[in-house]
Amino acid sequence: MTQVPSRSWTDTPELAPKGKKAVPEGLWIRCTQCAAMLFRKSVENNLWVCPECQHHFRVSARQRIMQLTDPGSFEPFNERMAPVDPLRFVDLRPYTDRLKLAQKRTGQNDGVQTGNAFIKGRKVILACMDFPFLGGSMGSVVGEKITRAIIEAGDHDLPIVIVASSGGARMMESGFSLMQMAKTSAALARFDDQAGLFISVLTDPTTGGVTASFAMLGDVILAEPKALIGFAGPRVIQQTIRQELPEGFQRAEFVLQCGFIDRVVPRSELRSEISRIIDYAGK
Amino acid sequence: MAKPNGHTASYTLPFEQPVIELEKQIALLEDRDDSRDFAEEIQKLRESRDGILDKIYKNLSPWDIVRVARHAKRPQSADYIQLMCRDFCELHGDRHFGDDPAMITGFGRIGPYKVMIIAHQKGRTTQEKITCHFGCAHPEGYRKALKKMKLAEKFGLPVVSLIDTPGAYPGVKAEERGQAEAIAVNLREMSRLRTPIVCVVIGEGGSGGALGIAVGDRVAMLEYSWYSVISPEGCAAILWKNANERTNSLAANALALTARENLANGLIDDVIREPIGGAHRDIPAITKAIQDWIVDRIRELKRSKPETLVQRRYEKLRRIGAVAWHPPDPGDEPPVDE
Ligand SMILES: [Zn+2]
Repeated sequence: MTQVPSRSWTDTPELAPKGKKAVPEGLWIRCTQCAAMLFRKSVENNLWVCPECQHHFRVSARQRIMQLTDPGSFEPFNERMAPVDPLRFVDLRPYTDRLKLAQKRTGQNDGVQTGNAFIKGRKVILACMDFPFLGGSMGSVVGEKITRAIIEAGDHDLPIVIVASSGGARMMESGFSLMQMAKTSAALARFDDQAGLFISVLTDPTTGGVTASFAMLGDVILAEPKALIGFAGPRVIQQTIRQELPEGFQRAEFVLQCGFIDRVVPRSELRSEISRIIDYAGK
Repeated sequence: MAKPNGHTASYTLPFEQPVIELEKQIALLEDRDDSRDFAEEIQKLRESRDGILDKIYKNLSPWDIVRVARHAKRPQSADYIQLMCRDFCELHGDRHFGDDPAMITGFGRIGPYKVMIIAHQKGRTTQEKITCHFGCAHPEGYRKALKKMKLAEKFGLPVVSLIDTPGAYPGVKAEERGQAEAIAVNLREMSRLRTPIVCVVIGEGGSGGALGIAVGDRVAMLEYSWYSVISPEGCAAILWKNANERTNSLAANALALTARENLANGLIDDVIREPIGGAHRDIPAITKAIQDWIVDRIRELKRSKPETLVQRRYEKLRRIGAVAWHPPDPGDEPPVDE
């Protein structure tokens, strides 16, 4: 289920681990797509999109919320909900160590932020996955917070917007993670019965168990340009078929052509796109 | 491994070494024209073999259990359907794209009940395995299963799901046809299907590909099957950077993928005991055990109204998850809203 992300989750410039300078921390950064040297502040002011080539850098949940919501409108839910280690999982390192490090780096308890917010004056329930937190993987906390957010939206007849960014289900909680797929999907079944509006926003990357559950169940599904979207990771597929993958395979534009998303939307237009869909749905 | 005297020893698993010699002796005696004269001796040898097997199987490691779950002689869905179902009426196709041989669906009678069967099929011969993609279904397989489940709902038939897959097929065409969407839709629709659903993991329960037909009112695992978020090899390759005998075994331990562990973690409802030495050593016995479980569960579930079933199925899923509160605070919300 959990697939290897195409890039490591530490390569978003501002989140590179200290001491391991994948990208210089200074005033200038290099675009990972067109290699242009960019003034950091100007990229930040451009919603972390390269002004030269329109490459969409990955952004954290915190940045995403700032970009999407009306200033000061976000009110978080269940901020203190935190992961446990139900299986006492140890691989090359204990899961608890990985959690502590991710918590220290991100300042968050786990990989999703949920809450009330306004988008262009429209009240919504918002969930943003945090790729920098263990690859945005879904364990019990992510599944539980998303489920609660869906229930909250249903209870108050509000639209829910979920911004996905995840390598899939979290291996270190094994069966517990797998069942979050069923839990979030079951919550969406009820929300659907209540005629609730779910706008799913897929960002780079959305793969594995997150794609194969709530992310693909949006009433309307939007995706950022060139976002990797799929079930199996490209490496796994390559190992299976033992040949080169087609150009642009599993990128948002490709998935649009296959018929599985509604619109590819540049980051700068997400707020207005979400707003008008809410208006069309009359929510 | 050579096939001594054409017997089944070539299918013996490494940890079954201690019984190989006994099995050979039994086979030799059984093959004799005067084998009747040796009935007592054969019986003694069998008992001693069973005693050793019992001891071995009681102490299998999780990685050994994965091997039993993949045993070349382990019964597959098609075997159980043939043995368990009277008048099986196979139904094909997803009505959109094609007919996935990795998913068998159809009407059948199990005990006193008319049911809809949905089941992964791995294939036995090389040709079958290739046709069935080794039990890895494509999106049309999941959609075929859903189509037939909707049919079951319409006519009030319980759904019986047999799970046996290493995972959903990871390929270009599968992605193009929406593997993730197909599984996601099944999860949503199974959670609100207005008819009883009983699921049995008979061999491999590989992640989303397994879950895609495994959302039910009652879920059981055979004693030597596995069910987890990822295969041990997949997990070892990612977290241990390398899949080999040692890391696969470590990953199998870490993933809590056995029937007992899944039961202890509250992720399944029952474990169905297997015959001594695994399902493949006594197929009539394991078939009966599965059939009894299915019939009992359906009898129990049929007492509830569809809306009650759906409500309880939801509540069961709703409770799954292990979370804490940090920093803790007296008078905290409970971990999960009931
Ligand atoms: Zn650029």
